[in-house]
Amino acid sequence: MAVRDPIREGLAAGWKVTDAATLERDLELETDVVVIGSGAGGGVSAESLAAAGLDVVIVEEGPLASSTDFRMREREAYPQLYQESSARQTTDKSITILQGRCVGGGTTVNWTSSFRTPARTLAYWKETAGLKRTGAHDLDPWFARMEERLAIAPWAVAPNENNDVLRRGCAKLGYAHGAIARNVKGCANLGYCGMGCPINAKQSMLVTTIPAALSRGARLVHRARVTRLVIEGDRVVACEAAGVAGNGAKPTDTRIRIRARHYVLAAGGIGSPAILIRSDAPDPNGLTGRRTFLHPTVISAAVMPQRVDGHAGAPQSIYSDHFIENAPLDGRAGFKLESGPTHPVLTGITLPGFGEDHAGWMKKFPNVQVVIALLRDGFHRESRGGRVMLASDGTPMLDYSMPAYLWEGVRRAYLAMAEIQFAAGAQTVMPVHENAKGYANWKEARDGIDALPMRALAARIVSAHVMGGCAMGPEERTGVVDEDGRHYHLRNLSVHDGSVFPTSIAANPQLSIYALAARSSAALAKTLR
Amino acid sequence: MRIRRRQFIQAGIAGAALLTLARWIDRPVSAAPAAYRFLDARGVKSVGALVPVVLAGALPADEEARRAAVADVVAAFDRAVAGLSIPVQQEMGELFSFLHTAPLRVAVAGLWSPLEESTPQQIGEFLLRWRDSPFALQRASYRALTQLIQAAWYGNSTSWAAIGYPGPPAVG
Repeated sequence: MAVRDPIREGLAAGWKVTDAATLERDLELETDVVVIGSGAGGGVSAESLAAAGLDVVIVEEGPLASSTDFRMREREAYPQLYQESSARQTTDKSITILQGRCVGGGTTVNWTSSFRTPARTLAYWKETAGLKRTGAHDLDPWFARMEERLAIAPWAVAPNENNDVLRRGCAKLGYAHGAIARNVKGCANLGYCGMGCPINAKQSMLVTTIPAALSRGARLVHRARVTRLVIEGDRVVACEAAGVAGNGAKPTDTRIRIRARHYVLAAGGIGSPAILIRSDAPDPNGLTGRRTFLHPTVISAAVMPQRVDGHAGAPQSIYSDHFIENAPLDGRAGFKLESGPTHPVLTGITLPGFGEDHAGWMKKFPNVQVVIALLRDGFHRESRGGRVMLASDGTPMLDYSMPAYLWEGVRRAYLAMAEIQFAAGAQTVMPVHENAKGYANWKEARDGIDALPMRALAARIVSAHVMGGCAMGPEERTGVVDEDGRHYHLRNLSVHDGSVFPTSIAANPQLSIYALAARSSAALAKTLR
Repeated sequence: MRIRRRQFIQAGIAGAALLTLARWIDRPVSAAPAAYRFLDARGVKSVGALVPVVLAGALPADEEARRAAVADVVAAFDRAVAGLSIPVQQEMGELFSFLHTAPLRVAVAGLWSPLEESTPQQIGEFLLRWRDSPFALQRASYRALTQLIQAAWYGNSTSWAAIGYPGPPAVG
């Protein structure tokens, strides 16, 4: 049976969609609200504002790709659906950043893991960041609403072996662990969430909120990169964008100008601050693009005696917060443990080394198991995050250096992951670090990991969660925006994405973004009606 | 800590000056082959020399299949770089200028001959020197070269059978 493609059906039914890469002449639009970005924040905002009867234009830098295009091939998916072909990096090249760049943004390519913002994170925001309406339980109704909208529920299917190794290792060592909630409907457990869901089971923005907004008459302009907001006094008067050609590297010659009553930035933790900086938006306290957090993530690979086939089955279904819950915020760095899928390219570029050593690991590909540790950044005084800046061509760069506080966490994370993998029966464990080798038992691993140099470009670090840079604050001295996402210095500009977080989330952030964007959009709709 | 930082900054400034020099010396001597978007003819040769070292033990044993695989990887490497941001493409261009300019190649990469005239052992040693270099820029260059080649190969369906990957499942 052929899979229905709701995007192609919608286009056939007359949705107002413009591919800016193929525009032959400049485009001028007028609307009530322009939403910049179509990921977790932009998608939820577009649906909510359109449902309130407002005229909405969504602008997205990436292409409108849909299930028919999602062929589960890495060499097609990464250049098509990710920022910089999935090779975006911090300025020193030490952290690789996986960010979506397509209609639906990160939600089109994420691994579906859905967590409410941890109570301790929200309590910190209230007590330390001074937020008044975003503490523990304040967001509960919004979490509940978005969980229902996106079919978010604990995954009841048995985990794949890749995740089950994590579960068994934690159980053996007495570490608390649980099943991850996922935003899926009719999931066939294929394991290719990161390349776009080919059967539209993932309840991403691409198949939920964006079709809902378009069906209500919203317009979508894709393959259009917002170059700047035109600012006059304390108001934004226009949004200017350029078409983006094929692979996304170069702008085209066509120009797009959109005038709106209100502007919603939802371009993510790198894109939103970059647009504000390019636009010379007022920033008297120097906060824009500062305190950018990544959940720096380190990896441990194991060879199991049995087949793992980590490319098949839900990529993330088990997690452990043992090393988060037992780490005080002002103490040593905490980290969340999850699994990561093993597709050939991802595995090939993740395993360190080259030549015969690397090929030897790849020959064990079916038995390779992967645990990842996401470090909680932004809570401790030493963890101040990174800074978004502009390259000479105006494209964003993220400067992020790891403080000693996080490096200490990296070493403990390698140790914890290796111990879990051996407890679950691993034959060999290798921390993903340039100078590591495969260790045959826990003692060897402990000695080896204790001796590894902790420095940039030795440990291989990735991030799939960019947060902060336009932080919410109780007052303009400490925030770029208020708790409804309203910019402190521009009356008709809001930020509805992960860049408003004052710290990292300490969990996969999609549900946190959904809930905040839903609350901010509801408040915004009231003021615009 | 402070001393190391200063050394690093000095190395950075020296590096920038050398790069300017390299760009000046490294004028294009041959037009890029039509099918390539990033690599010029020398770049094609350089990557072609790196591939058998980075993928030793992974490429097909049969000579003809191996030659075709190397050509595929070089072409995919080129496509991948063309999909990076413009500033990163410029940095990759500088890296190749470095490798193509004799005095700099000798001084910084420790390679007396161009890559395509070096032995696999010399290339392997050069990669290890950069992997373990005290300079972050060289460690980053090592990572970029090896990962781009590995991504180019393991994204190619010809590589899958040998590692036991069945390919994506059938859907619909």
